Amino acid sequence: MSNDSPARDNSGRALSWVPSERELERQASRKAISRKKALIATVSSVLVIGSLVRLVITSPGWKSVKETFFDVSYGSDVLGVVAKGLVVNIRLTIIAAILIGIFAMVLALLRTSRSAALTPFRFMATAYVDIFRGVPLLLVILLIGFGVPALRIEGLTNSVLILGTTAVVLTYSAYVAEVIRSGILSIHPSQRAAARSLGLSGPQTMRHVVLPQALKRVVPPLLNDLVALLKDTGLVSILGVTDAVRAAQIASSRTFNYTPYVTAAILFLLITIPLTRYTDRVLAKSIDRQNAQGAA
Amino acid sequence: MNVLEVKNLRKTFEDNLVLNDLSLTVPDHTATVLIGASGSGKSTLLRCINLLDTIDDGSIYLDGKEISDPEINVDEVRRNLGMVFQSFNLFPHMSVLENITLSPIRVHKISKAQARDQAMTLLRRFDLADKADQYPDRLSGGQQQRVAIIRSIAVKPRLLLLDEVTSALDPVLVNEVLSIVRDLKADGMAMVLATHEMGFATQVADEVCFLKDGNIIERGPASQVISAPQQDETKDFLRRVHEAGRL
Repeated sequence: MSNDSPARDNSGRALSWVPSERELERQASRKAISRKKALIATVSSVLVIGSLVRLVITSPGWKSVKETFFDVSYGSDVLGVVAKGLVVNIRLTIIAAILIGIFAMVLALLRTSRSAALTPFRFMATAYVDIFRGVPLLLVILLIGFGVPALRIEGLTNSVLILGTTAVVLTYSAYVAEVIRSGILSIHPSQRAAARSLGLSGPQTMRHVVLPQALKRVVPPLLNDLVALLKDTGLVSILGVTDAVRAAQIASSRTFNYTPYVTAAILFLLITIPLTRYTDRVLAKSIDRQNAQGAA
Repeated sequence: MNVLEVKNLRKTFEDNLVLNDLSLTVPDHTATVLIGASGSGKSTLLRCINLLDTIDDGSIYLDGKEISDPEINVDEVRRNLGMVFQSFNLFPHMSVLENITLSPIRVHKISKAQARDQAMTLLRRFDLADKADQYPDRLSGGQQQRVAIIRSIAVKPRLLLLDEVTSALDPVLVNEVLSIVRDLKADGMAMVLATHEMGFATQVADEVCFLKDGNIIERGPASQVISAPQQDETKDFLRRVHEAGRL
């Protein structure tokens, strides 16, 4: 829109107007109220955060904690090794996410299917989800990482990286399958009825009508799971995989200085915080869209 | 030749007898209008004909073939039946054109180009060609319902089932939807429709059936059932419709 033509609404009516005196008063008092609120927020933040910081740095052990956890020069020395370890975490996350996506989709489709032929698989999928949601991830990693090589089956890998990833994929698939399934169940039955009345078969209805809408709805919770997955890949370090956590552990045990752990934590945050912010934005958008649809 | 024959239909939902020994015949190219209060069984009858609900007794024939047989391929039956719902039920993730061409392409295996052409012809005929690439949430209720009707006739069904297609609409949008139904009737499309619009029922109905408690109490041409009802129940219903300002 050019500057010489004033803004207009959809029906072409001019949007500029001269506010009444009462409106100007209201605008002024709204401004005063928001200034007051900003002042209160600032004062309370300074008070709360200031006293927390004071509590920590005036504590009797602060001096030694500062040396063993926040040694800036040692932290920057180990930055390279820890960052190299983090690359392992990121790679593992990407590979695991793809495998989880495929496996979880199969599980969710089995659990929601009504086909008679698939009955045994439906039971198996349900049992699978129950089991892997109920066992701590760390235990699954230990059981698979140490149990599978002990079987000494020929041709089966002994790579801790692959075994660790497998354990993560097995556990996360159970969670993600439930998220996808809840998305499928959240689609109103009238959508299915409309598709079936057009002659689409059950699988066609799932593929063209239900799944596209369901997956769109579960994107925000799945992004949440992606953040959790990235952090949980750190658990495979227990098998000896040299990821960021393991690299930090090695570095700190050499000098009895824990700064490498803090370094690793900061590096994880550098990825997870933007990802979390992004997830929040996607979620807000998705809620807006669903509200708009409800109003239409 | 009868498109549809319903014989002694019975349907219960738990302890609730919704359709009770109901029989109905729809000759080809005719419109049968179901009237009656909410809960009288109109929607259930339509859902049973479309095999969305399983009947408890009786039988349903489409073009002389029994479709209430459990062995029947329901997808194949529904290929010959069009259904339009009160709440439109367009697919929100698809454009208008995709909504209309989904079944022709996936079920009837028509080429994409041909399905598109046929859909555009229908959209042009009903003044919706400019909405082809819009998504349903950008359309008014009347436009959405017109698209839903076009979607259901795009597969050239033998029989069209319309379930209170104007009940969810703003009064000023009702007519644009009813005029499509009138056009389809003029084309010779056989249809069964449930409606609360008595004026419209009078215009399109070859036969009007008044339903109460899951049975047809009175049937005949609109000039009889709506204008000069014989049964007390029908009179009572129409009086209440009149009081509500809908006649």
